[in-house]
Parts: sequence; structure tokens; C-alpha cells
Amino acid sequence: MSTASPITSPSPSRRPSTRPINPGDRLFRRVLMGLSGVVVAVLALIAIYLAKLSWPAIHEFGLGFFWTTDWDPVKEHFGAGAFIFGTLVSSFFALALAVPLSIAVGLFLTELAPPRAAAVVGFMVEMLAAIPSVVYGLWGIFFLAPLLRLYVQPFLGRHFGWLFLFQGPPYGIGMLAAGLILAIMVTPTITAICREVFRAVPNTQREAALGLGATKWEMIRLAVVKSSWSGVFGAGILGLGRALGETMAVTMLIGNRNEISTSLFSPGQTMASVIANEYAEAGSNIHVAALAYVGLALFVVSFAVNHLARRIVKRLEMGGTR
Amino acid sequence: MTPATNAAKPPIPEPILSAKDVNAYFNAFHAVRGVSLDVEPNSVTALIGPSGCGKSTFLRTLNRLHEEIPGARFEGEVTLEGENIYGRGMDPVQVRRKIGMVFQKPNPFPSLSIYENVVVGLTLAGVKDRRLLDETAERALKHSALWDEVKDKLRAPGTSLSGGQQQRLCIARALAVKPPVILMDEPTSALDPISTARIEELLGELKKEVTVVIVTHNMQQAARCSDRTAFFFMGELVEYDRSTRLFTNPQDKRTEQYITGRFG
Amino acid sequence: MTFQDVYAKLDARRTIVNRLMLGLLGLASLVAILPLVFVLYYVVHRGIQGLNLSFFTQLPKPVGETGGGLGNAVLGTLVLVGLGSAVGVPIGIASGVFLSEFKRSRFAPWLRSAVELLAGVPSIILGIFAYAVLVVPLHGFSAAAGALALAIILIPTVAKTTEEVLKLVPDHIREAGLGLGLPRWKVILRIVVYGSRSGILTGVMLGVARISGESAPLLFTALNSQYWPRGLLAPISSLPVQIYTYAISPFDDWTQLAWTGSMVLVLFVLVANLLMRAILGGKKA
Repeated sequence: MSTASPITSPSPSRRPSTRPINPGDRLFRRVLMGLSGVVVAVLALIAIYLAKLSWPAIHEFGLGFFWTTDWDPVKEHFGAGAFIFGTLVSSFFALALAVPLSIAVGLFLTELAPPRAAAVVGFMVEMLAAIPSVVYGLWGIFFLAPLLRLYVQPFLGRHFGWLFLFQGPPYGIGMLAAGLILAIMVTPTITAICREVFRAVPNTQREAALGLGATKWEMIRLAVVKSSWSGVFGAGILGLGRALGETMAVTMLIGNRNEISTSLFSPGQTMASVIANEYAEAGSNIHVAALAYVGLALFVVSFAVNHLARRIVKRLEMGGTR
Repeated sequence: MTPATNAAKPPIPEPILSAKDVNAYFNAFHAVRGVSLDVEPNSVTALIGPSGCGKSTFLRTLNRLHEEIPGARFEGEVTLEGENIYGRGMDPVQVRRKIGMVFQKPNPFPSLSIYENVVVGLTLAGVKDRRLLDETAERALKHSALWDEVKDKLRAPGTSLSGGQQQRLCIARALAVKPPVILMDEPTSALDPISTARIEELLGELKKEVTVVIVTHNMQQAARCSDRTAFFFMGELVEYDRSTRLFTNPQDKRTEQYITGRFG
Repeated sequence: MTFQDVYAKLDARRTIVNRLMLGLLGLASLVAILPLVFVLYYVVHRGIQGLNLSFFTQLPKPVGETGGGLGNAVLGTLVLVGLGSAVGVPIGIASGVFLSEFKRSRFAPWLRSAVELLAGVPSIILGIFAYAVLVVPLHGFSAAAGALALAIILIPTVAKTTEEVLKLVPDHIREAGLGLGLPRWKVILRIVVYGSRSGILTGVMLGVARISGESAPLLFTALNSQYWPRGLLAPISSLPVQIYTYAISPFDDWTQLAWTGSMVLVLFVLVANLLMRAILGGKKA
């Protein structure tokens, strides 16, 4: 069937590809391949250029770069430990808030809300993803941070101050603010996948539960949530990928201090925010190289995380059509 | 009360389940038209008819599962042991605990083991008593004729069983909550002949303890296993009688045409 | 019956738990959309106070002088987004067409992975890439470098929506074209792509809306400027970078400009999204 001509083939796009015979087709295909080849090339070039730019820093600091925390442009000594810590803490804090919230929203949209309400709420959640990062930053500085400083942090400090997470003076700006804004920003991503995963649960499962006399909530738990864990996990990983690389809002809210603190009240710095803060003004070559090295690490990590998420979600799609 | 025109012959003095003038809709589509039907306790009642005749929809109104479909609407009255299940303040959840359901395709919960699947109705309700759960599981599995096949692998996932075993697992799951009535929606249509025969055999056993209403597209099945049969056509109940009579001496021309295989 | 007794005892609790949890799901949805309401309210409330014609026509004034606008940033964003789209849109559409119409090609899985992974690369990394490719060799920050970064961000968005939209075209339409004796390329361009042009266009608009709000990759490529755009090889101002700069400045006049700039940006993004809803919504249903 691989020799079928395009005209007699019943389903041209499903047909195993053969080289087109028509000269116009051949040219068209070449042009498309040339243009889309750019995409593959760019991805490879990004890796190559990042490696090239950061080479002096790789050569100078090696892998120790990632666990030393001394970042001193004057003495030209660089270690990214504090940024990696800040990235992980802010991202996982954001996920800890966003994943449960997104699961709840996804369930509300697929299982509870009447179609019209689901359309409106779904659209509003999607719009959260459309607001530019810098606008979240601006709003965070003038609304969220004062709210945290005046009310939330004093409250947490008073009642939960014994916990290492909620200690120190309330600045407003800091890890807590950055994590909250990240949670808002990744919620639409995670919700979208959760919604699809829940929607893929066959109705026969729901009916099986209802037919047993399960309440709606019991039906949701038994038929929907229980069979969706791996999909929800994939959604969380995808959210993690977004959170790790999110730059502007975090840069504006995290306080930009190169230090490691166990308290969410303290300022910090992430891999993305240090690049945003220092790149344009980096004086020396080694400083630029060190920042590019941070960028390379961020690239590799988000590449791996996205690849993982893609594999999980893909496996689910295949399972869904079974 | 005026007797429905197509009421059972002979009449059933004390029906366990009784539908009166049931109408069911999907948006504008009138799927079930004014059906009244009484079900005798401890019997098997079969609903037959060509596909799209409303038999499945009618079945699903009997435990209020019909209303879970968006756009679905219901009119009429269904009483279980004299109590209107559509009455004011009746909780559909309560209704479904008394009127269980077995579906067309076996649908065990994939994340649960065989044992967990059987007792899930109880564990959902918050029953934690280990002994009660074990007893229930064993009794339900024995009752559904699955016990000997699974007693050594109760911890295996429910989906690891064959199709026929899965369906008997679903029957066990429905039996475990001890409903007085079980509805079955073409329970054998996805199964091979041997599994089908086992489930048909089972029906005769089951009716000693529960009342079964079964939808089937297989007339031989209805004739073999049911005490009474109701023939549905175009959303209406055409004829309802003892199976022995309905299949040998149908009163309505359409019933006769259907059982002699002239359409459907 | 002991059995039903056990049930009855637990029933009250089940009903309460059910109500409670369903209520919680609804509450969570409310919590999730609350930030949107707050952000929109604040941005419009604060932004509208500074909205006037001079916002679009004047340069920012130095500290201390009142008035002034972000005319250069608005124009700069138009230049950057226009240039970025000119590069990114053709590549994005070509990739989307390839993915949809040549999905059996050996190159297709590579392209699909590349598109999806590129979509996941943090935008600031693309800034570093543009810096390495254009800023380093040309010895200076430039509008061209910023536009390159934006173009790369645009590609995966456009490619994915194009592919999705073309997949909605049923195969029998393609067969009908081929059956008329048209060559494949004509079928694809004249029938498949042309018939989906409104969907593709909304995909492009969505991508354009997204890159017009990007600031991270511009910080060290296009940089920023106090002047009107002076060519593609000079630094250029843009709304998002200007908002960032003014947001962290201590002067009220500048903060006001940041709010007004945010309002303009947010309204643009929202309108683009609503439009795409309106156009695609009719099709998918």
C-alpha cells in the first residue's frame, strides 16, 4: 500500500509518506521542510550557544558551581547554590498550592458545574495564563506584597511562628510573595491538563459508582480521582516546568537577595531572576559566562521536566483511546 | 387508580416495583412514552425490543440514573415497596442503594482489587468492620458464582479477570450492598457464549433473594431466563405477560412480528 | 436487617461529607478566579487615571516634571512584535502545516518534539540565545536581537494552533481536492489552509498577544531606551520592559505610567483572546 498514488489512496494524510512525484509537490514539501527545519535547528543552536557562552564558567567552576553559594561579581567568584535553592523552594511551594487547587477546579468544571457556568469559569481560569508576567509583578508589588506584609505575615508569624517557615520580619516581598504569584500563574496550566484527564474517565465508571448508591463526592473520589493520579502527576510536572522558568513576576517579588533561608518570609533569588537582574549589567566576561551557565542549567532542567511531562501525558492519551 | 391498558396479565397483586405512566425525555426527544409496569417480587422480568425502543432508558428511570445524563427529563411515578422513589425529599443516592445496577459493559474499578471492588459499596458507606466486609465479600462472590475462581487471588486487580468474570464481579459488587432489586442493562451483550450461559444460569439462583429486571436484545435469553417479559416498541410498552405466553401466544401483532424475527 | 441499620447510621455523615466536599470544590473555583478579578480591577482602576492621548504620543518626562507618556514604548512594542511576527509567523505556520499534512514523514516526529520542547523553554533562555547570536557579534543591544527572541517564542504557539486547526479539516475534503486532479500542494494551500484561515489567524493573534507581553527576553537584547526608535540596530523601548522599570522605581508619575501601560497591554491580550473564542468557538461546536 506504500505505492498507492495520492489520487487513488483513500486517505491521503494517513498514507505512509512517499516522495512526491509532482514537481510542484516536491518543491512545496522542500519549502515546508526548510522552514520547519529552522525549529529543530534553533533548539540545537540554543544548546550550542548556551554551552559556548558559559564555557569560561564551566571551565573555571565545574560542577561545584551548583552547590557553592558564593556569588561575588567583584571578586569574580561565582556559585549558583542559592539560586537553585530559591528556584526549587519557590516552585515547589507554588505547586503545593496550585496542584490541589487545580484538581478541585478541574473536578468542579468536569463533574459539578452546569455547562454554561463551566464555560465561564473555565474561560476565566484560562485568562489567568494570558495576563503578562510583568503585570502580575506590578500587581504583586502594589497589592499582594502590602497585603502580605500588613496582614498575612503578622498573622502567620503570631500563630505559626514556631514553624521554621514563618519566621523573621514581614517584608511582604520575598519567597512567600513569589511562590503565591507563581501558584496563580501555573494554576491554568495544571487545571487544563487535570480537566482533560478527568474528562477522559469513561462514563461507565461514573455510572458504576452511582449505581452502587455512591454520593456524588464518593463517585468523584472512587471513579474519577482514583484512576487519574498519573495524569494529575503529569499535570503537576508540566506546571513545574512553567514555574521553574517563570521570570519577571518572580524577579519583581522575590526580593533578589543571594541567600539561603528556611523562612518563606525571607527574600531570595531564583535562577531566572538572577539572569534578569544582572545580565544586562554584567561587567566582566566571566560574570556573563556564569549567568549563561545558570541559564544552561535552567535550560537542561526545563528540557528534562517538559520531556517527562510530555511522556506521561502522551501515555495517557494512548490509554484514553483504548 | 385506573389500570393501565397494558398491565400485566395475570395482574400482580403485590408488586415490589411499580412504574406508573413513566415518560422520559432527552431534551426534545421523547424516549419513553407513558409506560406502566409492575414487577413481581423474586422474579426475573425481561425488557425486550428493537434497539432505540426505549427499554434501556426505561430501566434507567427505575433507579434514577436517567437523570444523570445532561438534558434528561422524567415524568411519572415509580414506587419501590409502595414508596415513590421520585417523591419529594427522596434522595436518588438512597434509591440506588436499594435498586442496584449491572451495566452493559463490565465496569470494575480499575484502581481497585477484586476484593475491594466487591465491598466498595460498603467501604464507601464507611463500614470498617473487617469481619463484616470479609463475610459480605465471600457471600456475594459465592452468590455470583465467582468465588471458586477468585478466592486465591482476591488482591489481584479487578481488571485482571476475563470479561465474563468481570461481569460476575460487577454482579457481586451490586449484590454486596443487599439491594432488594437489581437492574441489568444487557449484561451479556459484551460477553462470549460460555460466559453468557453462566450468567443466565446465575439469574435463576439470584431470584431466590433479589428481584431482577433485565434488558436484553436477545429473545432466546428472555425466553430462557425470565418469568415475565415486556415488549417495547418506539418508546411504548406494547405487551407485558408471562414469558411462556408472550413468546408462544402474543396478543399484539407487533410483538408477534418481532419475536418471529421480522424486524429489529 | 442489621445491614440496613449500619447503612442508616452512616448515612447522615455521608450526606454531610458530600455537601461539604462539593461546596469546597466550588469554593476552590472561586478562589482560583479571584486573582483574575483583583488583577483586572486594579489594573483598570489605577491605569485609567493616566489614560490620555499624550500617553500614546509623548516621550517619558524626566523625574520631577509631570506629564509625558510612553509613546516610544508603545511604538517600540509594535516594531518588536511586528518584526518578530514577520519572522516567526511563516515558520510557525509552515511547521503546523507540515505536522498536520505530512504526519507520516520521518521528519514529523522530530519536528513535533522540537515544537513542544521549544514551547517549554523559559523565555529568558531565548533572550540569552538572541544575545549570543546578535548582541555579541554586533557589539550592542538592538531591536533586531529582541525581535529574534520574540520570533522564537511565537513559533511553537503558531505551529501548535495551526496544526490543531488543520486537523479539524476532515480527510474527505482533501480526497475531494485530490479527486479533482489537483496536485497535493494546491489541495493543501488552496483548500485546507485557505479554508482554515480564520482559525490560523486567531492562532497567530494569540501568539502575537503573548509576545507583546514578554519582557524577560528583552531585558538584555532590545534593552530599553528613552528615545523614539532609532533603527533596528539600536536599543529600543518596549511596554513590558518600561512597565518593569517603572514598577520598581520610587516615583509616583512613573508608577502611574506603569499602571496605564499594563492596562493597555492587558486589554489587548483580553480582546485577542475573546476574539479567538468567538471565531473558534463557532467552529468547534
